[in-house]
Amino acid sequence: MKNKLGKQTFVFPMMPRVVGAYSIVGEKEGKGPMAKWFDMILDDDTFGEKTWEKSESKMLKQAMLQALQKSGRDKEDVDAALSGDLINQIMSSNFMARDLAIPFLGLYGACSTMTESMILGSLLIDGGYAANVLVGVSSHYCTAERQFRMPLEHGNQRPPSAQWTATAAGAMVLSAADKGDKAMTHGKGVPQGQERKEVYITHATVGKIIDTGIKDPNQMGAAMAPAAVDTIVRHLMDTGRSPDYYDLVMTGDLGYIGRDIALDLLSGAGVDITATYKDCGCMMYDRKQDVHSGGSGCGCSASIFCGYVYREMQLGRIKNALLISTGALLSTISSQQGESIPGIAHAVVLTTEGVK
Amino acid sequence: MSKNKQQQPKQQELTKKPSKEVAKQYEQYVKQFTPKPKYFSNSVKAFLIGGLICAAALYMQNKLMEKGMSEKDAGTAVTVTLVCLAQLLTGFGVFDTIGKFAGAGVFVPITGFANSMVAPAIEYKKEGPVLGVGAKLFSLAGPVLVCGISAATVIGLICYFIK
Repeated sequence: MKNKLGKQTFVFPMMPRVVGAYSIVGEKEGKGPMAKWFDMILDDDTFGEKTWEKSESKMLKQAMLQALQKSGRDKEDVDAALSGDLINQIMSSNFMARDLAIPFLGLYGACSTMTESMILGSLLIDGGYAANVLVGVSSHYCTAERQFRMPLEHGNQRPPSAQWTATAAGAMVLSAADKGDKAMTHGKGVPQGQERKEVYITHATVGKIIDTGIKDPNQMGAAMAPAAVDTIVRHLMDTGRSPDYYDLVMTGDLGYIGRDIALDLLSGAGVDITATYKDCGCMMYDRKQDVHSGGSGCGCSASIFCGYVYREMQLGRIKNALLISTGALLSTISSQQGESIPGIAHAVVLTTEGVK
Repeated sequence: MSKNKQQQPKQQELTKKPSKEVAKQYEQYVKQFTPKPKYFSNSVKAFLIGGLICAAALYMQNKLMEKGMSEKDAGTAVTVTLVCLAQLLTGFGVFDTIGKFAGAGVFVPITGFANSMVAPAIEYKKEGPVLGVGAKLFSLAGPVLVCGISAATVIGLICYFIK
């Protein structure tokens, strides 16, 4: 196969570009250490809507439309929209797409959906099926909490390993590599007039589901860490790259516990990425914000990829990044029935250097 | 983490559906990374707040009895007051903050029961009065009631036969 490396890695010879990205987060996330990287911070997590589900859908729509606007493209230019969220039957995405009138593919990969959508979007572009693809995901603390856990006002105590679902959404516009039209990006963080680097997607490694038998839904970091490690190791093996090829290796939402496990498992597998490794779940909140083991949710990795990573790459401060969104594929029913939690992780390579 | 090296399961073993031993080994391995709940300070907080609630309730009951109420009526009045108070605090969005701090201290007294009824009532209001609130009102308290009443029945039967 000509566009595949090893067992699980795709190569995109067309090198789709990320031409616009937008991130939006809730109030609590806006008080965290990453606040300056987000395009929009809500004053109120309801976003003026009557139900939390509507607020989440509105956040996703806002991210999608604003990303499109930043890319300087119209709705008519977009050939496909790919998106997902955590709510049953991905309703936030469906309602968002209802108003968009763009051919739509709904995705579910739990918190790994951001890289899943980026991979599939790149494939559509690389295969010549689309010129512009809109990808995005969302999560909302209040919708996730009521679906997966307890009513909000219930006075329960969370165990130290629990993670906090981020109220956040992120969207990107991927485009076929027709250079010349400069990506229009104007948001805070990127100074006006400064030359911006193009950001390409060159490789993607699709992960396998890995289930290590963890059954506690409050231990998602531990459930997902082996999947992340497997995908990283497999990616390096497939591409023949050494870990120091990347100046950033970033996982989605392993949290403090999952991050430590992943680093330990990686060093056991002979891969040392300590210097370049970051986890969005550990970056989203301050320790003082009492989120226990860090952030989670699709929006956690999406908003940090679309905010922090994309902007740093445009400014040339990050050249090669390996982004791995991690998902814990549990449902409320499966965990009540005592099933273990399947973990998954997909990796995407973003680069500002146009080399293959 | 070098001291944990022996207990670290091999990545290859984790990749396929791991055997029960490997899953168990991984669970043990994960435990080293997981901070333990602060049992001692949590217990102290629960003891203090729970004790405070119970002492206040008893004080109120005694006061009511001094005013000439029977013990049974005073007990009922105190219970109703506690339930109302917990419901109000839940509605104002304060109870979850107190619950996070005091844990079992506010959860074991009747205040916890009141909270577990009002929290779903607020949460599921949007799904309608019958299929939303009606269906979910007992979603937290229901299991407690079922188990509590079942346990009481079993113990009652045992007592009946022993006597």
